[in-house]
Amino acid sequence: MSAIETRVERLLADYAGTIDDDQLEQWPEYFTQDCVYRILTRDGYRNRWPAGVVHCEGRGMLGDRILSMRRANIFEPHWYRHLVTSTRLKGEESGGWRLHSNFAIVRTMQTGEQSLFLAGFYDDVVVEQAGKLLFREKTVVLDSNRVDTLLVIPV
Amino acid sequence: MNAITEPNGAAAMQWPDAGVSRVPFRIYTDAGIYQQEQERIFRGEAWHYVAMDLEIPNGGDYKANYIGDTPVFATRDPQGEIKVFVNRCAHRGSLLCIDASGNKKDFTCVYHNWSYDFDGKLKSVAFRRGVRGQGGLPEDFDMADHSLHRLRTETINGLIFATFSESVTPLREWLGPRMTSHIERIFNRPVKILGAYTQYLHNNWKLYIENVKDSYHASLLHLFFTTFGLNRMSMDGAIELSVSGGHHISWSKMASDNAAGTEYQDGALRAMNTDFDLADRGVLKNWPEFPDGVTHAIQGLWPNFIVQQIQNCLAIRLAVPKGVDETELQWVLFGYADDTPEHDRIRLMQSNLVGPAGLVSMEDGVIGNFVQRSIQQDGDRSAVLEMGGREVESQKSRVSEASVRGFWQAYRGLMKL
Repeated sequence: MSAIETRVERLLADYAGTIDDDQLEQWPEYFTQDCVYRILTRDGYRNRWPAGVVHCEGRGMLGDRILSMRRANIFEPHWYRHLVTSTRLKGEESGGWRLHSNFAIVRTMQTGEQSLFLAGFYDDVVVEQAGKLLFREKTVVLDSNRVDTLLVIPV
Repeated sequence: MNAITEPNGAAAMQWPDAGVSRVPFRIYTDAGIYQQEQERIFRGEAWHYVAMDLEIPNGGDYKANYIGDTPVFATRDPQGEIKVFVNRCAHRGSLLCIDASGNKKDFTCVYHNWSYDFDGKLKSVAFRRGVRGQGGLPEDFDMADHSLHRLRTETINGLIFATFSESVTPLREWLGPRMTSHIERIFNRPVKILGAYTQYLHNNWKLYIENVKDSYHASLLHLFFTTFGLNRMSMDGAIELSVSGGHHISWSKMASDNAAGTEYQDGALRAMNTDFDLADRGVLKNWPEFPDGVTHAIQGLWPNFIVQQIQNCLAIRLAVPKGVDETELQWVLFGYADDTPEHDRIRLMQSNLVGPAGLVSMEDGVIGNFVQRSIQQDGDRSAVLEMGGREVESQKSRVSEASVRGFWQAYRGLMKL
């Protein structure tokens, strides 16, 4: 395993932990200011459809997602547990690294009901700024075309 | 399960005397009613959306979908004609098209290789004459008696509809002039798909359709709309209903907003949270693309199809019932084939407003489940629908449940309830 793969594994563990621990106000800090974060379905990815389930450009939009979740949106309390595996370097590009990682998310509802909510992979472009690794692009590709109920906590 | 039908086929359930201003909760939970809906609504006197013609551009292309619980597929034959069939082999009843979409030379069942042409006619049966004179079909087996079940099919501006009914009026007549002109307004030139997904809802399909027709809730449950002036009740708009009540359009014009003298101005409503502001207002960027000035129009076509214009975010939705308490909500987001890159970009940013993660609409993914969970044991109690009166009529005010009542008027007629 290359050094960058090991470092990104750690980055992804911190990223997932921030979400799973409900530290969502810190979630945008894992991204560059000019980042692109999107969630695509399996068909959307294959068909190269531009619009997925989420499309954010820039840290501001990521923060707005969290603000909307905290202040505007109505949903039943629930939590995620991310399982992230198989981080592989796909190549270097324009000052960064492209990596592929698998993920699965177990969703726990306030009732105690637990289910496999989402599975898929991250197609990430990671860059180093001031000694810190950040996501310049994060494309979340779901294995399914279906989302159960709603998606409000970031993936 | 309680039997709900009398021997004469009439429903045993009594609708409340108050009429369509009351909806008995049993309507969302009863398996017998669900079965009657399949017969009287999904296989009854109605047209049902199946696919967009751009999804099957070439001869041999097909797209599978559902009308109620019944699997169907739309196909374009080699001569270019669009047809819809029940997706089921006439032999043993296996699904014929297994992939959701694709291209076929003919329709051959994987189970025993019975093969059908694009007219649905049975063309060949594997081992029809048996092997070495043994087995095979009887001599008098008539291939012509074993065609696919073909449905009446019509298209309107690229939308493919089908019906099990031989007697329902032609599509445009069934829609009526107002509903037809709205479809022609949205589908005024070739479109392109920008995205598609499904959202799985844990509630009866009718709870979702009521939610779509309920303009009263829009600015109350969905804060995102209200705060940014996308859809305040104080904006110019109207609800328009078809004669049956089954179709509706709710529209508004954003630029005409004036909150003075309303509860919005006083901040009395929970959904009006004025210290909530976005760091990036890109999702709100829009341009006036329709000459009539309407910025927001939701059209609900009987029973479960929706045409959406939320600013420049255009979509169709189909709420497919999956048993009495589950619904598969299909979304297709689209733009126009001649959109500029700037148009593409605005539609992409606005796509954040809708769907399962929609900043505006995500609540609709769960609100029906909140109802479904609470009504299991009170089937004889009723929901109340008196906003905007007790009648079914078009109205200028969207603080109204008139189009929800319209849905129930049409429903009671077809269900004989």
